[in-house]
Amino acid sequence: MKHVISIHVANTFGAFDRVATMFSAKGFNIHSISIGETEIREVSRMTIVTSGDDQLIDQIVKQLHRLIDTIKVVDLTDHEHVERELALIAVNYQKGQLEEIKNISDIFRGFIVDINNKTVTLEITGPPAKINAAVNVLAPFGIKEMARSGTVALKRGEQLAAQKKEVA
Amino acid sequence: MKAAQRMLTGAEIFFECLREEKVEYIFGYPGGATLKIYEKLHDVDFLEHILCRHEQGATHMAEGYAKTTGKAGVVLVTSGPGATNTVTGIADAYMDSVPLVVFTGQVPTALIGNDAFQEADIVGITRPITKHNFLVRDVRELAETIKKAFYIATTGRPGPVVVDLPKDMLNSSCLYSYPDQVNIPGYKPRYSGHVNQIKKAASVLADAKRPLLYVGGGVIMSHATEELRALARAFNFPVTMTLQGLGAFPGIDRQSLGMLGMHGTYWANQAVNHCDVLVAIGARFDDRVTGKISAFAPDAYKIHVDIDPTAIDKNVVVDIPIVGDARKVIPALHKAIKKARDMSAWWARIEEWRRACPLSYEKNDGKLRSEYVIERLSEATKGNAIVVSDVGQHQMWVAQYYKFNHPRSHLSSGGLGTMGFSVPASIGAAFAVKDRPILSINGDGGFQMNIQELITAVAYKLPIVFVIINNSFLGMVRQWQELFYDEKYSFTDLSDSNPDFVQAARAFGMPAYATDDPVRVDALIEKGLSRGEGPVLLEFKVVKEDMVFPMVPAGAAISDMIVKRLNPERMM
Ligand SMILES: Cc1ncc(C[n+]2csc(CCOP(=O)(O)OP(=O)(O)O)c2C)c(N)n1
Repeated sequence: MKHVISIHVANTFGAFDRVATMFSAKGFNIHSISIGETEIREVSRMTIVTSGDDQLIDQIVKQLHRLIDTIKVVDLTDHEHVERELALIAVNYQKGQLEEIKNISDIFRGFIVDINNKTVTLEITGPPAKINAAVNVLAPFGIKEMARSGTVALKRGEQLAAQKKEVA
Repeated sequence: MKAAQRMLTGAEIFFECLREEKVEYIFGYPGGATLKIYEKLHDVDFLEHILCRHEQGATHMAEGYAKTTGKAGVVLVTSGPGATNTVTGIADAYMDSVPLVVFTGQVPTALIGNDAFQEADIVGITRPITKHNFLVRDVRELAETIKKAFYIATTGRPGPVVVDLPKDMLNSSCLYSYPDQVNIPGYKPRYSGHVNQIKKAASVLADAKRPLLYVGGGVIMSHATEELRALARAFNFPVTMTLQGLGAFPGIDRQSLGMLGMHGTYWANQAVNHCDVLVAIGARFDDRVTGKISAFAPDAYKIHVDIDPTAIDKNVVVDIPIVGDARKVIPALHKAIKKARDMSAWWARIEEWRRACPLSYEKNDGKLRSEYVIERLSEATKGNAIVVSDVGQHQMWVAQYYKFNHPRSHLSSGGLGTMGFSVPASIGAAFAVKDRPILSINGDGGFQMNIQELITAVAYKLPIVFVIINNSFLGMVRQWQELFYDEKYSFTDLSDSNPDFVQAARAFGMPAYATDDPVRVDALIEKGLSRGEGPVLLEFKVVKEDMVFPMVPAGAAISDMIVKRLNPERMM
C-alpha cells in the first residue's frame, strides 16, 4: 500500500543525503520525494511517498527515526491529511488545438505559464491523482516535457508540534 | 563553573576536547592533512598515540579497545587514502555496534570538491556505515561537534562516528570552551522499558513451561551481565548466547547451553525449537542465528528486549517488544516475576539433547586438531583470557570450545566477518587490559591480512599470544566447497603458498614456536603464557580437512542440523 511519510529534518549538511542513502542501503523504494523549508528556519520538511506492507512501513518509519538528523517522522496515511503536487507540462500543439488545450487546463484549474509556436506549458496543481488524470488527457497531443514536484502533504489541523522541540 | 574562554587553534581544541572526554589512546597514522595535530601531539602528555602500520589496523585496534572497555575507541588518520583505509574497520564497528570516533583529515575547505591531492569524500563514503558523521566547516563548531561525536558513539545502540577535519579547521583559531551538554533534537535514546510491556512479559515468563533466554552482545554492551546472571539463576532459566553474547553468562555453568545458530550446539538449537517462551535480549535475530525464519522457535511466545527500535520486528515479528536498555529492563523484569514454574522436566529434556550430541572430534589418531588446541587454551587460561578470534573455522571452534567466564572477553567480528580483525583488535585489547592473558587466534589465511601490525605489538612490548591454527587452507570456504560446491577446491589451498610463519614472526622481532604434535601443545601454550613482556607466536599445524560441526546449512531450519561429518571414511 502507498504511504505518505512526512519528516522534519535538521537543516544540517548532508541531512537530505542521509535519508536518501538509508532508503537505498535498505532497499526501500521511493515513489517521490520532496524537500523544502518549514515555518522553522533550522528545520526542513521532507515528504516521501513509498509503499509496502505494514511491517515494512513500520521498519521504514523506525529507520527514519533512527537517523540522528530526523526530528519527527509521521506516517500521514494514518491521519487526515492534504496532499498536493505541482506539475509543469509542456504540450505540443498544432494549429487549432490551442483552444482545446486551454479548455482542458481550465477543467483541471491549471494555468498556461508559457507558450511558443510549437508548445504550450501548463501548470497544474492538485492531488497526485488529479495530475495523473491531466497527464492522461494531454498525452494524445504529445507531451514534450514534464516536471513534477513530488507530493507535499500536511496533516489536517496540525498543531505544528515540531515547535515544541528546541533546535540547537 | 565554566572555564574562561581562550583563543585556541583547531588542533589545540582537538586535544582539549579529547582531554575532556578522558581519551587514553589514539590509534593513528600521520599524513599531510593532519600535520597540525601531530605537531601539537608532540607536547601532549595526557594521552598516548599508538602508531599502527595501516589505517585498517588502527580501526580494529580501536574496536579491540572499545569492546574490552565499553569506552569509545579513537582513531586519527589523514585524508584520502588514510581515510579510505579505515572503511572496513568502520563498517565492522557499525555491524557489531562498537563505539568509535574516527577523525579523518580532509583537504582545506576551499579545495573540497576540486579533486585536490589526497581528497576523498569520506563523509559520503561512510554515510551508510556510520551511526552518524560530520564535516566540520567552521572552527567555532569543532568543540561541539566532537562532544556530539562521543555522545552519539557511546549512547543508545553504540556505533562508529566519523568527524572529517579540513586542514584549515586545524590551523585557524577561535574562542574555546567545551559545552557541558549537547542538544540533538532528533536523538533521544530510550532507556527504561515500557512498564506495562515488562509486566506482560513477566507474567508470560512466570507461566512458561519451557522458557529460554537468547542473549546477544547488547547485554554485554549495556553492562547488564550481572543482572542477567541473577535473573537466570533465580528461576533456573536456560541461557543460550550469540557469538557476540558469549561471556555474558559463564560458559562452564550448567545453565549455559553455549552458542546457538549455524554452528551452535545441538542442544541450544533444540531448545530454541522446543521452547514455549523465547526472550531475546540485546540480540537481533541475525540470519546466522535463525536459519530459516519461519522454523525459528516456531511454537514460542517471543519477547524482545532491545535499545534499538529498528531491531524489533525487523527479521522476526515478536509478541512483546520492549524498547530499552538491558541493564534497566532485566532487573525490572526480574522484580516483576514473583515465582516461575519448576524447570526440572525442561532441563531433563535439555540434558538429554546435550548427551545425545555432545561437541566431539577425533582424539585417538594422534593427529593435531584445532578443537584440541582451543580446549587446551581454555584450560590453561581457566576461561579467563581475552580471546580475539579472526574469521573462519577457528572462530567457530573458539566459540564452541573456549569456556568464557567473563563478559568483554570474547572479541570477534560477527556482523561483517572481517578477516584480519584479530591481530590488530588484540593489540587494542592489550592496551586496555593488562592483568589477563590476551590470545589472538587466527587462521593461516586471515593472519596474513593485517600481519603488518605484528610490529606494533613488538614496538609497544604487548604480551599478546598470537596463535595460528594452520590448516593450510582457507578452511571455512573449503568447508562450503566440500559440502555445497561439489568439492571444487578453487583457490582455497594454501599448502604451497603460505609463508614460513615462524620465520616471519622472528623477523618482526618476536619468539615463535610451531608444532604438529598434540603432545607438545601444552608445552607451547605454557611458553606463550609465561612470556612476561612482548608478544609471542604459536603455530599449530593441524589436520587440513576438518570441518566445523554441528552445522545448519544456510537458509535451512535450525532443526535440520548436520551433526557429524557426512562422509566419515574421508576423515584423515
Ligand atoms: C576480508 C575477508 N575476505 C574474505 C572473506 C571470506 N572468508 C570467510 S572465512 C574465509 C577463510 C578463512 O581462512 P583462514 O583464515 O585460514 O581460517 P580457517 O577458516 O581455516 O580457520 C574466507 C576467505 C572474509 N570473511 N573476509
